Amino acid sequence: MTQPAIEIRNLRVTFAGVVRAVDGVDLTLAPGEVVALIGESGSGKSVTLRSLMRLHPPRRSKVEGTMTVAGQDVLAMSQRALADYRGATVAMIFQEPLLALDPVYTVGEQIVEVIRRHEKASKAEARARALELFQKVRIPSPERRLDAYPHEMSGGMRQRAMIALALACRPKVLLADEPTTALDATVQIQILLLLRDLQRELGLSIIFVTHDLGAAVEVADRIAVMYAGRIVEEGTARDLIRGPRHPYTIGLLKSRAEGALAKGSRLDAIPGSPPDLAHLPPGCPFAPRCPLAIDPCRADRPPPIPVGPGHTARCIRTDVSPTLLSPASRSDAAPA
Amino acid sequence: MAVLAQHSVVEGPAPKATGYWTGVWRRLRRDPVAIAAGLVILALILMAIFAPYLAPADPYRTSTLRRLRPVGTAGYPLGSDELGRDMLSRLIFGARLSLFMGITPVVLAFGIGSAIGVLAGYVGGWVNTAIMRTIDVFYAFPSVLLAVALSGALGAGFGNALVSLTVVFVPQIARVAEAVTTQVRSRDYVEAARASGAGGFTIVRVHVLGNVLGPIFVYSTSLISVSMILASGLSFLGLGTRPPEPEWGLMLNTLRTAIYVQPWLAALPGVMIFITSIAFNLLADGLRSAMDVKQ
Repeated sequence: MTQPAIEIRNLRVTFAGVVRAVDGVDLTLAPGEVVALIGESGSGKSVTLRSLMRLHPPRRSKVEGTMTVAGQDVLAMSQRALADYRGATVAMIFQEPLLALDPVYTVGEQIVEVIRRHEKASKAEARARALELFQKVRIPSPERRLDAYPHEMSGGMRQRAMIALALACRPKVLLADEPTTALDATVQIQILLLLRDLQRELGLSIIFVTHDLGAAVEVADRIAVMYAGRIVEEGTARDLIRGPRHPYTIGLLKSRAEGALAKGSRLDAIPGSPPDLAHLPPGCPFAPRCPLAIDPCRADRPPPIPVGPGHTARCIRTDVSPTLLSPASRSDAAPA
Repeated sequence: MAVLAQHSVVEGPAPKATGYWTGVWRRLRRDPVAIAAGLVILALILMAIFAPYLAPADPYRTSTLRRLRPVGTAGYPLGSDELGRDMLSRLIFGARLSLFMGITPVVLAFGIGSAIGVLAGYVGGWVNTAIMRTIDVFYAFPSVLLAVALSGALGAGFGNALVSLTVVFVPQIARVAEAVTTQVRSRDYVEAARASGAGGFTIVRVHVLGNVLGPIFVYSTSLISVSMILASGLSFLGLGTRPPEPEWGLMLNTLRTAIYVQPWLAALPGVMIFITSIAFNLLADGLRSAMDVKQ
């Protein structure tokens, strides 16, 4: 097997000494693979993503484990190597392009700046590259859009500009932090399709953070579901959607309004709320909300259990969990 | 799918490309109040520069016989002061010192205060605490009191008045600079710049200064009027400019004894100070909205 694009082993991120935002994440991406990280707010998906770029302030956070991206050990890099690595090997797309683009410079200026930071290019060469990128992300009348300020563009156009900015230095890995959350539903689809086309054309590896299962299925080869700082279930997008085995994944799938939901009928929600990351329970962190929880669940953290080829779930009750999918069990799932 | 994506991105024509300052000017031009204020300031500056050509008489020539003539006296269009000097000429020449005293301390304080504030705001942590608490010590004094105390301690005189006014404004500007920088530092685009490989120096130079200098500049512009009034106050107390130099604050001081004899005459230097400071304030307000790119 070729060298993986990203290899994360036992990543732990602690804030302020007590908040375990990421608590032992393992994740491997092959070159050209797209993995979606799914989970609710505070499950550690964005923290994992930012760790890959070492964006957490070293004063207030502790990052442990190993992260290798394109053969480089991320945690061992010097400041100098880190600056070269950010943007050139790995680039990031942010959730809200209006906030992630500097308001006082035109988008063209910002792309030129990034190109010239990493490569010896004249302003004219960099601008020609920026124009090419704008065409690649399918921005209409790209020549003129280069001279537009972020606020002068529509949301979808801004996100395209943000993608162009991220691709400016031909990165191998793209980290997308909820790139479609701030957009209209119709624009979301366009951006997802664009990302997938670009990924195929450029052979990018992408980690795609989202809480939208639909978006994840649209672009990802594999899906990893996160809960309380851990990956609780991981598998191919198809396996995970058709045969989820972790009760949390099942809960997520059932809490979606799928197809025509009859008016007045209630949407299934997962009872309770995520645990306090500063005081995690000793056992499975999902146990307090889980309809299948038994005593051993509360005693020890379950290890990843293989439930199919390339499909694992951190749950000791995967033998019975599929029963949760049947409509009959819906009423049983209610007590909190 | 590709067809859908290709097709649906067609939008209206892109807006015409313009530079940042072109945009500021375009927005400022639509603001009649700011334009009027700017014209007043321009007129005052021209008046100061061309004072020798504009003044009808020598502002230093005294006349014991024609003292305290009212406004409209023949030969003295705006009357004469307590030593018989032509008021109009003195008001015109006074613009030189008054404008200089209004603008210079603010320019100096803008440079020093921005540097201190941006440093404190960007570095944060204990550096910020150390710098800002020291600044607060100065800020705790009312500005008039601080200016008077410093001028008094340094000794009366033009140069010392400039220094003490600069010291008065540095903490005020530094506080604004620190506040804006702290805000900008936590913005997504700063993190995005870091994620694209920018070092600390580039982030400060490009992204922090680019977003912070505008607001500090606008705030500083509004301080020019305060500086003029304080400078006038120092002169009034005998701590700034010395007689017989024409300076509006000093003139206000020397004419105060005449307020019961010639009230209109005594008020004239005050009118000039008022016009100038309100013009600077209105221009600052106009600039504030014009420099906001999102408008």
